Amino acid sequence: MRTVLQAPDIQRAITRIAHEIVESNRGSSDLVLLGIPTRGVVLAHRLAAALERIDGTAVPVGALDVTMYRDDLTRQPTRAPQPTEIPADGIDGRVVVLVDDVLMSGRTIRAALAALADLGRPRAVRLAVLADRGHRELPIRPDFVGKNLPTASSERVYVRLADSDGVEAADESVAIDGGES
Amino acid sequence: MRHLLSTADLAREDAIRILDTAEDMAEVSSREVKKLPTLRGRTVVNLFFEDSTRTRMSFEVAAKRLSADVINFSAKGSSVSKGESLKDTAQTLAAMGIDGVVVRHGASGAAHTLAHAGWIDAHVVNAGDGTHEHPTQALLDAFTIRRRLHGAASRGRDLDGIRVTIVGDVLHSRVARSNLWLLRTLGARVRFVAPATLLPTAVGDWPAEVGYDLDAAIDAAPEVVMMLRIQSERMHDTFFPGEREYAREWGLDDARLSRLPKTTMVMHPGPMNRGLEISSAAADDPRSTILEQVANGVSVRMSVLYHLLAGPEGDAE
Repeated sequence: MRTVLQAPDIQRAITRIAHEIVESNRGSSDLVLLGIPTRGVVLAHRLAAALERIDGTAVPVGALDVTMYRDDLTRQPTRAPQPTEIPADGIDGRVVVLVDDVLMSGRTIRAALAALADLGRPRAVRLAVLADRGHRELPIRPDFVGKNLPTASSERVYVRLADSDGVEAADESVAIDGGES
Repeated sequence: MRHLLSTADLAREDAIRILDTAEDMAEVSSREVKKLPTLRGRTVVNLFFEDSTRTRMSFEVAAKRLSADVINFSAKGSSVSKGESLKDTAQTLAAMGIDGVVVRHGASGAAHTLAHAGWIDAHVVNAGDGTHEHPTQALLDAFTIRRRLHGAASRGRDLDGIRVTIVGDVLHSRVARSNLWLLRTLGARVRFVAPATLLPTAVGDWPAEVGYDLDAAIDAAPEVVMMLRIQSERMHDTFFPGEREYAREWGLDDARLSRLPKTTMVMHPGPMNRGLEISSAAADDPRSTILEQVANGVSVRMSVLYHLLAGPEGDAE
């Protein structure tokens, strides 16, 4: 197991992504952050806190579960979906930033885009991920990346966060395991 | 999970998983676009050998909200009225490549036979078999109780310590049986109240208290009172002297309603005989969950269809 990001690195990455979002969006008005369960929701809340520190306004945060929209349902044992929570003002006409921990094939994001289309019509959809490990299978790219992680497809990436994985805040990490090395 | 035939053999974690997923399905039903693509390309047959409007419609709405194709088959006006057997019907459906069968049949055990006789390898959901079981009704009742008790914090919870009094025709009621097994699995305590003629002889072996006096049961202030329908279509014998006597002794009338605590839920699986087992005032009271039960029925059936049909074929989970 090789640790590539430690707790301070994760926090710095979130802060930097928040600055990039404010810059590209020219402020944080009209933004809605939607995390993809489980860790995406944790990251979305941290990103919202960082945005509030920078811009002084509270950004609505929600959760978008994509289980029912996946294209691999018939290939995997049935899993229980997680709650979807859309902020009260909805997503119509807003800039939705999808937040996830690790981006790989892009299939989760495809499912998220399909789920979003059933919930409303955002003005724009952006994608923020803590780690991009490549191996894309669909024409999808992230707008905001915490860290690019070149990996072999046989390797696994582990993300451990305090609110989702029961680790201490100081022990949060992103690590790579396995592969040929 | 491959089939849903009975609540007696439903494990606690499976039951809670179905109820938790139903919470997510309820959220979908509150959206403008009430549809998920999850079961696209799957075909579900509603195979109804007994009349039922609400259960069939509930399953139909549930399957359609998951994008499954739905075929409705009712025995009336079908080849069954020409004498076709359950086996031949099942093999016909198998030849058409059906993925799921929702079956209601007048014979107890029909769903089990359909699932295990080897005629068809589709997933089978029991939507009521004779006087045996009606598992999705019990699941939607448990879901309704849990939601009223815990609201948005329902996920993951059971019904530990909740007292449920089930009143009426227990003898013929598959709803009562399915509810008993599921409520026990979820930690609730069940009391049956009925005229002695409408209790099965084996009731003494069931994990439930039995009483004959509705007034005493109401004074015990249970969290839930569930009124069962008097099923005139199954009343081939004289079980009680008359409807008026039944209503006076075992009906939830206005006087009994007024003695129930403000927090007690009044449930009924429908369709109701107003004025017989339940008064209009009781049915329309804020304590009544009857319309919630109907709405929750769709969510729970979506959850069941999802857990049975969404996974890989030949799923040995």
